[in-house]
Amino acid sequence: MTGPYSIGAKVKVSQGLPPGHVRTPLFLRGREGEVIRHFGDFPNPERLAYGLSGLPKLHLYQVLFTMDETWEGDGAYAPGDTVTADIYETWLEPL
Amino acid sequence: MTERAISDLGGLPGGPIDTAEHEPTLSERRVDAMMMLLRAKPRSFWATDENRRTIEGLEPKTYAESAYYERWVLAMRGLLIEKGVLSETEIEAKLSEVRARHAEAGQ
Repeated sequence: MTGPYSIGAKVKVSQGLPPGHVRTPLFLRGREGEVIRHFGDFPNPERLAYGLSGLPKLHLYQVLFTMDETWEGDGAYAPGDTVTADIYETWLEPL
Repeated sequence: MTERAISDLGGLPGGPIDTAEHEPTLSERRVDAMMMLLRAKPRSFWATDENRRTIEGLEPKTYAESAYYERWVLAMRGLLIEKGVLSETEIEAKLSEVRARHAEAGQ
């Protein structure tokens, strides 16, 4: 069981800008990447932060982004450079 | 638009990183011990994520000017009050008592 996304799935990070304890970095909001690993399912830290149970558990993925997608071609990095982030299923949309 | 969280620094110029190590001071060890005791199961007064939420919710100036373990102290204070373990009045009363004792010892 790898949850809603399989390895290799193309995904987009939600554009949402909710206040509060948010665990998805701002620089990845709205960016497109590829699921490269499924870590398992865990209580939702964005709810645990407020004393809630964090249940039901959420699937957590490692998502790969190209630096061109991440920085919009702006910044000092080498061609082909990538960055990965651990992102919960609630922050991902299928592409 | 939601402001960038003080802890959400990805993509910003960061400057050089100070990787120097130091031996934990006595006060740092004490803060660490207090946190471990407050977080020890089964009583565990709060979750790691509540700790993070409290630290990341500090006013930006306080966050920037506080050392790592000073942020822990501020988080403990906030969460002890939030969870109803201690009241602000009780904490302030104890601090006044300790300050007076220190002042007396210093004379």
